Amino acid sequence: MEKWLEHVEPLTFKGQIAVPYTWWAGETGSLFLMGLRDKETIMGCRCNSCGTVYVPPRRTCAQCFTDTGEWVQLGNKGTVQSYTIVRFSHPLQPVEAPFAYAMIQLDGADVSLVHLIKKDLDKLEKGVRVRACFKEKSERKGHILDIDGFEII
Amino acid sequence: MAQKVAIVGTGQTDHKSHRPDVTGQEMIREAVDRALEDCGITIRDIDAIVIGNMDHFESINYVDNWSIEGSGGFMKPIMKVTTGGTTGASVAIAAYYHVASGMFDRVLAIGWEKNSESDTTGAIITCSDPIWDRFSYSGAIPSLATEATAYMKQYGATQEDAARVAVRDRNNALNNPHAHLQRPITLEDVMSSPMLAHPIKLLDVCPRTDGACAVVFAADGEAQRLAKKPAWIHASAVRHTYSWFGDSTDYDAGLVSLARASQEAYKKAGITDPSRELDVAELYLPYTYAGIKWIEDLKFCGRGEGAKFVREGNTNMDGMIPVNPSGGVISTNCIGATALLRVAEASIQVMGKGGKRQLPKVNKALATGFGGCFWSDVMILGAERS
Ligand SMILES: [Zn+2]
Repeated sequence: MEKWLEHVEPLTFKGQIAVPYTWWAGETGSLFLMGLRDKETIMGCRCNSCGTVYVPPRRTCAQCFTDTGEWVQLGNKGTVQSYTIVRFSHPLQPVEAPFAYAMIQLDGADVSLVHLIKKDLDKLEKGVRVRACFKEKSERKGHILDIDGFEII
Repeated sequence: MAQKVAIVGTGQTDHKSHRPDVTGQEMIREAVDRALEDCGITIRDIDAIVIGNMDHFESINYVDNWSIEGSGGFMKPIMKVTTGGTTGASVAIAAYYHVASGMFDRVLAIGWEKNSESDTTGAIITCSDPIWDRFSYSGAIPSLATEATAYMKQYGATQEDAARVAVRDRNNALNNPHAHLQRPITLEDVMSSPMLAHPIKLLDVCPRTDGACAVVFAADGEAQRLAKKPAWIHASAVRHTYSWFGDSTDYDAGLVSLARASQEAYKKAGITDPSRELDVAELYLPYTYAGIKWIEDLKFCGRGEGAKFVREGNTNMDGMIPVNPSGGVISTNCIGATALLRVAEASIQVMGKGGKRQLPKVNKALATGFGGCFWSDVMILGAERS
């Protein structure tokens, strides 16, 4: 124990920063999210130069620094490339544990979509096929979690 | 310095209060594309990138890597520099250091802000000490208002004196196609606008803007190849003074950081009579009273003479030292980009690319940045290789 602590009370200040944010998804992001919300479709976009198909879609291919141009409709099915099963719960996690965060390469895409798998966790392994499960239409609001999660086929 | 450095290209977005059509990265890329096009190069020609914005404004900590789709920083050296309101000028000065050091020949400086995505006041108070200063002076206006009050008391300046600065800048903005606020205003408009914190009224202060700016710095040799008329960096200086709000109560001493930074820059650039030797000044004036007080710290005129100097038209487009042909901060304020816009606009004047806002002959130009707790950055640009 430091000596000064015998006669000085080490005071602290509690605080938090409270800044409300509203991020614009932009044209490209909004079109993708509308597809989830309104049509249960997952759209990607293809880079005009290198041909990479990205999902979520983005306006610029960072590697080529050119516009991605073409919209591509991807399958609602894909392959698990990697995953981890979360065993602890935390308020910032989207759902209660246990669940898996998985890198899912959708059919037709060149990169993985990071999403959730909530069921059949004992069957989960690299290479298993999964399918997107959408929330009920009334619950969808144009958010990446309009896809409730993926289930093992 | 190992290498002389010049600005060879600039790009900026068409600034607006809200950009719902783009994400932050997409908005940044608009400015970057324009800067690269301005000097006829591609992202492959860029050796390194310095990017900056305000901490907590968009809630993104790792802006350097988050932004690469906009900055073009994929697999390049890129670093974030953030110093509050001076961020844009600090980004420019850091890019200048990058090239001057001899380690890089072509460096991209980027400043950006999407003010529409957060609560500016909620975010800006995180600049102040959480134990001692955060309960007070929330936001940018109160500390400036106390500075203005002290100045008015000392020199008898009036609200009308300050209002003339807004009228000048807002009307200059009509010549700048990129400016955010494009409606002309009169002295009466300023005087009748709502009082926010005495003596600052709504039209005395800068707006909140979504926008980005990008500037290409190039080394001697390369600069002459990339630009017909490069804007050479003659000097830069940085002065950060207080971090405790109460320590800046000696307002009578002027804006000490700006006085010291500009003195150093003038000395480096060989300038002894700024208002005559400089051909244009793009000043970070976040509110109108700065436009009469801080020009005294810049030695455009003597102490207490700022209001008269402006009233007599010396800072108008046809005056002795035109201030803010772009319309300045009072017309456009995408905060992390704001001070970089001053540097960009000063270099645009030197390069002769100002279109309707171009002054006839610009040999030397001054750009300033302001922020934090009365901090200042200064850069002097010139047509002569120096
Ligand atoms: Zn590509």
